[in-house]
Amino acid sequence: MGGYILKRLLSAIPVLLGITVIVFLIMAMIPGDPATAILGSYATPENVARLNRHLGLDEPLWKQYFIWLGNLMQGDFGRSFALNRPVLDEILDRFSATLILAGTAFVLCSLLGILAGVVSAARQYGLADKVITFVVILGISVPSFFLGMMMILLFAVQLRWFPVSGMYSIWGGGDLPDLIRHLTMPALALSVVATGVIARLSRGAMLEVLRQDFIRTARAKGVHERRVIWGHALRAAMVSIIPVLGIQAGFVLSGAVYIEMVFQWPGVGRMLVDGILKRDILLVQGGVVFIAACYVGFNIIVDVAQAWLDPRIKT
Amino acid sequence: MSLFLKLLFRNKLAGFGAVVLAVIVVLALLTPILPLHPPNATNTANRFLRPLSDGHLLGTDHLGRDLLSRLMWGTRLSLAVGFAAALVAGLLGAAIGVMAGYFGGRTDNVTMRGVDMLMAFPYILLALAIVAVLGPGLLNALIAVAVVNIPFFARNIRGVTVGIAHREFIDAAKLAGMGHTRILLTEVVPNIVPVVVIAMSTTIGWMILETAGLSFLGLGSQPPQADLGSMLGEARSALITAPHTSIVPGVMILLIVMSVNLLGDGIRDALDPRLRSGALARPMATTRVERAEAPVPKGDGLLRIDELETQFQVGPRIYKAVNKVSLELKPGECLGLIGESGSGKSVTALSVMGLVASPPGVITGGAVRLNGQDLIGAPYELLRSLRGRKVAYIFQDPLSTLHPLYRIGDQLIEAIRVHEPVSHAQAHKRAVKLLEDVRIPNAAARFRAYPHELSGGMRQRVGIAMALANDPDIIIADEPTTALDVTVQAQILALLSDLRRSRGLAILFITHDFGVVGQLCDRVAVMYGGRIVEAGPTADVLAAPAHPYTARLIACVPELGGGRRVMAAIPGLPPAVDDLPPGCAFAPRCEKAQAACRTGEIALQGEARKVRCLFPEVAP
Repeated sequence: MGGYILKRLLSAIPVLLGITVIVFLIMAMIPGDPATAILGSYATPENVARLNRHLGLDEPLWKQYFIWLGNLMQGDFGRSFALNRPVLDEILDRFSATLILAGTAFVLCSLLGILAGVVSAARQYGLADKVITFVVILGISVPSFFLGMMMILLFAVQLRWFPVSGMYSIWGGGDLPDLIRHLTMPALALSVVATGVIARLSRGAMLEVLRQDFIRTARAKGVHERRVIWGHALRAAMVSIIPVLGIQAGFVLSGAVYIEMVFQWPGVGRMLVDGILKRDILLVQGGVVFIAACYVGFNIIVDVAQAWLDPRIKT
Repeated sequence: MSLFLKLLFRNKLAGFGAVVLAVIVVLALLTPILPLHPPNATNTANRFLRPLSDGHLLGTDHLGRDLLSRLMWGTRLSLAVGFAAALVAGLLGAAIGVMAGYFGGRTDNVTMRGVDMLMAFPYILLALAIVAVLGPGLLNALIAVAVVNIPFFARNIRGVTVGIAHREFIDAAKLAGMGHTRILLTEVVPNIVPVVVIAMSTTIGWMILETAGLSFLGLGSQPPQADLGSMLGEARSALITAPHTSIVPGVMILLIVMSVNLLGDGIRDALDPRLRSGALARPMATTRVERAEAPVPKGDGLLRIDELETQFQVGPRIYKAVNKVSLELKPGECLGLIGESGSGKSVTALSVMGLVASPPGVITGGAVRLNGQDLIGAPYELLRSLRGRKVAYIFQDPLSTLHPLYRIGDQLIEAIRVHEPVSHAQAHKRAVKLLEDVRIPNAAARFRAYPHELSGGMRQRVGIAMALANDPDIIIADEPTTALDVTVQAQILALLSDLRRSRGLAILFITHDFGVVGQLCDRVAVMYGGRIVEAGPTADVLAAPAHPYTARLIACVPELGGGRRVMAAIPGLPPAVDDLPPGCAFAPRCEKAQAACRTGEIALQGEARKVRCLFPEVAP
């Protein structure tokens, strides 16, 4: 297993390099001159030229890439001109908030989605299946930002169960119960679409597995149906559910953008949108690379979990 | 096409989605000629009018603009952008996929690495990066959403194309001297169109959502032009004071995306033949029973099957897989049940413990009595407690019948512990003993192996050990040696024979091989077309088969030293059991068949030797 993890880690290196190339190329396509953007349109040509030289922008493109990559590896993501602070500091400050939100949503959607999918498959064409199927269709069709807004209206404004927005109360907050009260609605809103997708795929995977011969063997042994479903069948279905969890993790991580906007959550997503609107390119560039790298890391975890679960995968 | 529509509308939800979407699309198309307020005419005196206000059916927004009018124009825009993005992504993705899949080699390698790279991004993030470069704007949002979805199409279509590119008709076209372009256009593309349509119909909903999302963030359509997403984005600041300005566009997005998704699912189901036949139905814990009443018992014995009828009900068709079959098994006896594939022998065996897959299987009549107790329609908990404890099964292919992800030892322990509340350690000890009993060398070490790590013969030994776990009275062996090679087959048969003698097991042995029956079984019953056509002591039947079918089956077994002879295959095919001819089911393939064979019911006659034939080879 250790060897497999190492192999998987090594195979992530070209992917990470590829990500930096793609991000770099996309950003290099930006029309106009970053120095002008930073200094404003009234800057003197000498100042623009000096800043370009300072930023290394007078070098050929490939050289710029390696300078940028070298800086990245030393933890230098550049400086955000709108915030006037190092990009990495800003990202790290905000990333924990995004991680709490996306992590909670991911746990929620995995548990609820698999639960709904298994129940739905076990009661195929029954009432529970029909209800779940309908709710799932509704869930994957609703825009998460709209759902978030409606939750605010109902649960925060009407019922006053939860605070409207933010991560902590301004006065006297900051402890765990306070965080949970603030986190509940955004995490739920963020998890709904992914829950629907996971539920659908889990149902399909379970139906596929339940027709297999080894399920009949388990029943012929006298294994209780509950254990046939939640043990034998789910264990085998997990092999096809786990890759979907990996994809949904990326969805939740990046879909947090909308939820952070709706709930004023101080995360990386909101930082990115602000950065785009202010044309703060280095901030956006750094944020995108950072999140994409996290996603690659998460996919390694998923693959390792998969190998651990399925002994047929060569480790 | 009409079949497709019929299938589509058979799915009520898909029909509902189609109707809702059609209404929305028609309204969106008609928007310019509908008598609406101008969508961008501001009137700050009338800000935030509630719905059903005078002249403003849905009220007005923060600038006093008519919401109904803005909703219709916004819907028009959102639909157009969503469809356009799907079309662009679908066409470009399909083109890339077809090229990579058809040409293969380096083209394929380079393209797919690039696609993998793009897929390494969470895709909303990639869309954000693209918009960051191009700048906010509706067209740019469209480009971003389309680009982000290209890898998905490229990968899907490539997979399908690779499958097609190696088919015979492509080779034929190449040999006929057709150029690549022509082959692609006339042979490949027509075959992938359905796949592209399915992929588009299932992703178009996402694309509408994603563009709405970018607009919501202020990165899509710019004021005063508004699609549904930016309407929602603008309304957000007034969410609490004027919720209707948010609800109106939000509900519209939900309606559109939901109807698109419902319709997309319907299209996928209608085009996917696997789902069409209902093949994805899950088998329930026990076979469904629809029996009027149990027949009276005709004697006792350990296991008695009386006039069992098991059917497969698929749509309007009824396959009578088992048609009034009666069998009897005494303690310690080995009964062979023999027949071709589809003769109903396995279904008979599975019916005993209610293991016939249901749907589509239904037991419609007869009785299965274990020590006099009728099991057909017995409560689940009773059946479960008997399964594996009194009646155990050994199945055909041990690779697919053992759980691939559990260690074989754990599967054995489970078999013991579902029926006996022994400790894990005790069960472990007994399981190792079982493995030794079925002569698995080095049992303690093999205990931790997974099924795929064992050879076919070893796996089947594990299957037998599992059947023996609770010292059952009866073992039902469903072609346990068919998947094995001949030497291993002989070992397994010898093992079963020994175990039977040492443990006093009764065995119902299902096979299509008379050679195997001759080695192992005391008595044999021959099945054809769901019925018993002959039964009797093995030696007698082998020596002098009474039914022409039995005679032909025995003639199929080669004999060592039997001299040169032509192996006689039975002409024709076994009958389809949904449409059996009247009279003898074997008549169409029988050389001796006469007119009388094709009319009326032919009874199974005789006592120890039974035969269902008007003109038997020997008198029973």
